[in-house]
Amino acid sequence: MDLTWSEREQAFRAEAKAWLTANVPAEPLPSGDTREGFAAHVDWERRMFADRWSVVSWPPEYGGRDASLWEWLIFEEEYYRAGAPQRVTQNGIFLLAPTLFEFGTPEQQRYWLPRMAAAEDLWCQGWSEPGAGSDLAAIRSRADRDDQAGGWRLTGQKTWTTRGAFCTHLFGLFRSGPSADRHRGLSYFLVPLDTPGVTVRGFPRLDGDEGFAEVFFADAFVPDSHVLGEVHEGWRVAMATTGSERGLTLRSPGRFKHAADRLIAEVAHRHPAATDALIERVTGVWLRAFAYQQFTLAQVSQLIAGEAPGARSSLNKVYWSELDIELHETALELLGMDGQLDNEWSRGFQFSLAGPIYAGTNEIQRNIIAERLLGLPRK
Amino acid sequence: MRFAPTAEQQDLRIAVRELMRDRCPSSVVRAEPDDPAINGLAEEICRMGALGLLVAERDGGLGLDENYLVPLMVETGWAAAPLPLVDSIAFAPGLLSHAGYSDGPDYRKRWCVADPAKRAETRFGQPAGLLLRGGFGGTGAVQLVDLDTAVRSHLAAMDPSADVHDVRGGQELAIVDDPVLVRQAWQRGVLAAAAQLIGLARHMLEMTVDYVAGRTQFGVPVGSFQAVKHRLATALLAVEFAAPVVDRAGHSMASANPGADRDVSSAKALASEAARAVGREAIQCHGAMGYTTEYDLQLYLKRAWALAADWGSASWHRARLAGHLGMSLTGSTPAG
Ligand SMILES: Cc1cc2nc3c(=O)[nH]c(=O)nc-3n(C[C@H](O)[C@H](O)[C@H](O)COP(=O)(O)OP(=O)(O)OC[C@H]3O[C@@H](n4cnc5c(N)ncnc54)[C@H](O)[C@@H]3O)c2cc1C
Repeated sequence: MDLTWSEREQAFRAEAKAWLTANVPAEPLPSGDTREGFAAHVDWERRMFADRWSVVSWPPEYGGRDASLWEWLIFEEEYYRAGAPQRVTQNGIFLLAPTLFEFGTPEQQRYWLPRMAAAEDLWCQGWSEPGAGSDLAAIRSRADRDDQAGGWRLTGQKTWTTRGAFCTHLFGLFRSGPSADRHRGLSYFLVPLDTPGVTVRGFPRLDGDEGFAEVFFADAFVPDSHVLGEVHEGWRVAMATTGSERGLTLRSPGRFKHAADRLIAEVAHRHPAATDALIERVTGVWLRAFAYQQFTLAQVSQLIAGEAPGARSSLNKVYWSELDIELHETALELLGMDGQLDNEWSRGFQFSLAGPIYAGTNEIQRNIIAERLLGLPRK
Repeated sequence: MRFAPTAEQQDLRIAVRELMRDRCPSSVVRAEPDDPAINGLAEEICRMGALGLLVAERDGGLGLDENYLVPLMVETGWAAAPLPLVDSIAFAPGLLSHAGYSDGPDYRKRWCVADPAKRAETRFGQPAGLLLRGGFGGTGAVQLVDLDTAVRSHLAAMDPSADVHDVRGGQELAIVDDPVLVRQAWQRGVLAAAAQLIGLARHMLEMTVDYVAGRTQFGVPVGSFQAVKHRLATALLAVEFAAPVVDRAGHSMASANPGADRDVSSAKALASEAARAVGREAIQCHGAMGYTTEYDLQLYLKRAWALAADWGSASWHRARLAGHLGMSLTGSTPAG
C-alpha cells in the first residue's frame, strides 16, 4: 500500500483546482435536462474544452491531457468538490468514447473524438426500446442493407433516451441480421439526429424536466462509415460500454464523498432537526461513501496492474446507486419541509431513484454478481 | 498511489492460509480447549513468529506493521482459529514491551487474553499466562495480571468453542498507562477483530455458495433461484465494500496517519455489520441444514456474532465515527 500522491499528481490536482476555482460558475446553472439549461451546460463544456479539461484522460491530439486513471480520479474529486456543473456530455465521453477507442477505425476516431471533446457533437444513448429494457437483446429496431447507397436504412423506435431532445447524435443498436439470433445480428450505429427520417419527441422525467426522449426512425439512411465495430457484432461492441457505464467511470467516488460532506455541513446548520437517529444515518452515509472510495482505490490499482474489472463493475453499480438513495433520503429527512421545495437535494433525491434502474437494473446486476462473481448456476 | 498488498504481505497471507487449511479445520475449532490439536496449532503459530509480528526486531520480533496484521487476521478469522490471537498478536505487544515482558523465557506468558472492557471475562484463555485488563476505547490504564493466580470459572456462552471464563483477582504484575501505547493497543485490537470478521464473513459466504450450488429442490440447484442469488449477491456486496476499509485502516495505523482512529472505527463498524449480514443470509440459504450444531456453519456464525460485539460493537464505533466527523451524538454512547 502506498497512499501518497506523486509530485506530478499533486501538481495536476493543484492545476485542476486552480482552474475550477477560477471558472466554475458562482451560481448553479439551470438543470441540464431542460432546453435552456442544456445550452448553458454546453457552454460550460466548451469552456472546459478550451482549457483542455473536458476529457483529461484522452490523448492530447483529441483535446485531452493523457491523464492517468489516478489523475482522472483526482480531477473528479476536485470537480465535485468545486460544485461544478453536471456533465451533459457524459453519454458521449464516458460511454461512447471508450468504445470508439476500442473498436473505432482510425478514421472514425479522428473524425468523432475531437468533435465530442469540443462539445460540438452531443451524444445520446439509443439502446432501450418500448419492448427492450432489461432484455436488451429483444431490440426490434431494424437496419436494412442498402447496397446501392453504401449504407443502412434504420426503422423503429428508441425510448428513455436521456436528453435526446437536445442532443445532436445518437449511438444505438439496431437489428441488422435475422431476429432469431438474439445477441447476434445487431449492429452498433452512429446516427446524426438531423438525418432525414429521424424524429425526436422529448418528454418529462420524474422531476418534470424534459430529460427523456423517444426517437423514431423511418427509413433513415446512415452510411457504412457510421457503423462502429463489425457489422452484426454490435452486442459485443455494446457490452464493452456497459462496463464503463456501471463501473467507476460513470460514478467516481468524488461525487459521493462531496455529497456526504455537504450532508454533514447541513447537520451543523439544522441543529434542532439533527436528532441522534439522524446523525447516525448521516454517519452511515459518510461511511458508505468512504467505503466506495476505498473500494475504487483498490479497483484502480487492480486495473493498473492489468486486471480487467469485468463483472466486478456490477458491484460498483449496486453500491453507488443504493448509497445515493440513502444519502438523499437522509438529506430530505433532515431538511423536513425544505426538502419538499425545488432545490439541489430534492432534485438529487428524485434522480437518485433512477440509479437502480438505468445502466442495467440492480436486479439484473445482482443476477450478474451471483452468476459471474459467486458462480451460482444460471438455471 | 497503490492500494494493494505488497508481495511480502501477499506471501504472509498465503502462508497463514495454508497453515490454517492444514492445522485448523473445523474439527480443531470444535475441539476441547486442551486438545493437543489446539496446542499444536498454537505452537505452529509461534513457530511462524506471529506472536512477535508487531514486536520490534531488536526485541526478538518480526518488526512488521499493521499492513501485515490485517491479512494474518483475515486468514485466522476465516478458520475461526480457537486461540486468543487478537489479544496476543494485536493488543498485547506494545504493552508487554513497555512492561518488560516482550521476550520472557516463559512461552505461556506470551499468550495473553485481553479484557479491555473489564468484564472479568476471558475467551480462549487456555494457552494464556497473562491477562491484560482495561484499555477499552483506547483510554485508561491496562493492568498486566498473572492469569495462573486468578480464580477462573467456566461460563456457558453462545459460542461453545470460545472457552469463556469468569476471571477474578490475580496478581498484578505491571500497569501500563502510557496513553499513546494504550490507544495503539486498543486500535490494533479493534483492527484485528475487524479483519477476522472479514475472514469469517468470506468463509460463511463460500460455504453457502457451495451448499446452494449442490442442494437440489424442484429438480434444480436451489442456488439457481433468484431469491437465493440476490441474497448472496447482497452478502458479497457487504464483504467487498468492508474489506478495503479494513485494509485502509491497517495502512492508516502503519503510517501513523492522524485519521487512524476514524479509519479503525470505520473498519470495525463495517466489518461487524458485514459479518452479521452474511451470517443471516448464510443461515437462511442453508435452510434447516444451517440450524444444527452438527453442521459447521454455526462455528463461524457464532464466532462472528461474538467478534461483532467485542472490541466495540458497530453502534459503538459509529458513534465514535460521528464524533470524528464533528457530529457528536447528544445521548450517551453505548457501553462496551
Ligand atoms: C433516468 C433514466 C435514464 C435513462 N437513460 C437511458 C438512455 O439514455 N438510453 C437508453 O437506451 N435507456 C435509458 N434508460 C432506460 C434504462 O436502460 C431501462 O429503464 C432499464 O434497462 C430497465 O428497462 P425497463 O425500464 O424496460 O424495465 P424492465 O426491464 O421492464 O424491468 C421492470 C422491473 O422488472 C425487473 N426485471 C426485469 N428483468 C428481470 C430479471 N431477469 N430478473 C429480475 N428482475 C427483472 C427490473 O429489475 C425492474 O425492476 C434510462 C432510464 C432511466 C430511469
